[in-house]
Amino acid sequence: METIEVILEGLPTLLRGMGVTIEITVISLILAMFIGLILGVCSITKSRILRGFSTAFVDIIRGTPLLVQILFIYFGLPSVIDIDLTAFSAGVIAITVNAAAYLVEIFRAGINSIDKGQMEAGRTIGFSYAQTMRLIILPQAIKRMIPAIVNQFIVSIKDTSLLSAIGLAELTLSGQSIYAANYRAFEILFAVGVLYFVIIYSLSLFARWLERRLDVA
Amino acid sequence: MRMIEVQNLKKSFGKLEVLKDINIDVQSQEVVCVIGPSGSGKSTLLRCMNLLEEPTGGDILIEGDNLTAPKTNINELRQRMGMVFQQFNLFPHMTVMENITLGPKKLKGKTESEANELGTQLLDKVGLVDKAEVYPDNLSGGQKQRVAIARALAMEPHIMLFDEPTSALDPEMVGEVLQVMKDLAEEGMTMIIVTHEMGFAKEVADRVIFMDEGFIVEQGTPDELFNHPQNERTQAFLSKVL
Repeated sequence: METIEVILEGLPTLLRGMGVTIEITVISLILAMFIGLILGVCSITKSRILRGFSTAFVDIIRGTPLLVQILFIYFGLPSVIDIDLTAFSAGVIAITVNAAAYLVEIFRAGINSIDKGQMEAGRTIGFSYAQTMRLIILPQAIKRMIPAIVNQFIVSIKDTSLLSAIGLAELTLSGQSIYAANYRAFEILFAVGVLYFVIIYSLSLFARWLERRLDVA
Repeated sequence: MRMIEVQNLKKSFGKLEVLKDINIDVQSQEVVCVIGPSGSGKSTLLRCMNLLEEPTGGDILIEGDNLTAPKTNINELRQRMGMVFQQFNLFPHMTVMENITLGPKKLKGKTESEANELGTQLLDKVGLVDKAEVYPDNLSGGQKQRVAIARALAMEPHIMLFDEPTSALDPEMVGEVLQVMKDLAEEGMTMIIVTHEMGFAKEVADRVIFMDEGFIVEQGTPDELFNHPQNERTQAFLSKVL
């Protein structure tokens, strides 16, 4: 068979895998943004408990390999607590938690980069802490954080390939299942690489457009 | 009527005692200038009055309401006090008009058009109507500070606090800001101004307070304080700055 035929034959399976990769990435990153933002704000509050919780979360997640976290959630947890996780939900949890830990640091640094006078100005007008955060601090901080957030998104997209280890038929495992049958690893893995690149490059283009748009405002 | 009463106010940062037993009454429509060497605690005093710094001891009453009482709604209380900072602290992601109208819209329930009308009036007052749609980065220091004053006035405060409002300005821009403050004083606004502008204090203040090392050393009318200072620390300070 010709190279091109091998790829075309595998393409439907690969595209299904790509669909799963995109799905899991989108769900995980939306959740991770919420958790990251909440814990990011926790990490700069006066409350020692909230700060401690946030720091512990970040340290534990960053201090252990993602592959171990994935295996732990999928194989480890169900053996001690009574939960039945599909590979997909285990994958969402793992990617969410992992991305959130890095996003906490991005949010914390981004918020801290805004001059203290902005919070004071907001508070003296009569806004609450939360209102000042929402109306004044975060709009400025998020603009500065976009490059770092996009970077984390890209890392997380690529990290989903590790979910092949728990049998989730995302893009990488889809590729593996094809060349396990036809022994055409070169063609298939090349195609897998191209498909990852398409996802990530689209995201990069979107991010550049977004940054330009925000710059005008 | 008493607008502000400060009773036995103390403030420490760690072991450093910045304010030691401060007592002040400010009457309605009074213009009080606070002067003194840097590190004397005058900015801290001003910042305690709207709780940007939490007092270590003592009481502050704003129009009779105790600032640090647990029942006090600090956000509501701060709406009655405008604050102008040395570094302007305008919101850089908003136009001049948005800077001014944010508070009235979000906190006072004003509609877009009501808020804009108010904003235009205030910009007219500070002489910057043509800058309504400009972003703060494109303004000079003097213009920024005038917008900051307009922003504070937009909440229709009963008291205005100024924390060295002209100290970050190029000399040629000091006058335009002081003029706006002078107009405000003439309209009867109650004002407390921490300043190094002795000429302004002499001309506009009803009362001048001299602070040093966390104490109020001396206070009186501009004539009393500048022309007949009683305390030798006041005399030493004035001989350096006048």
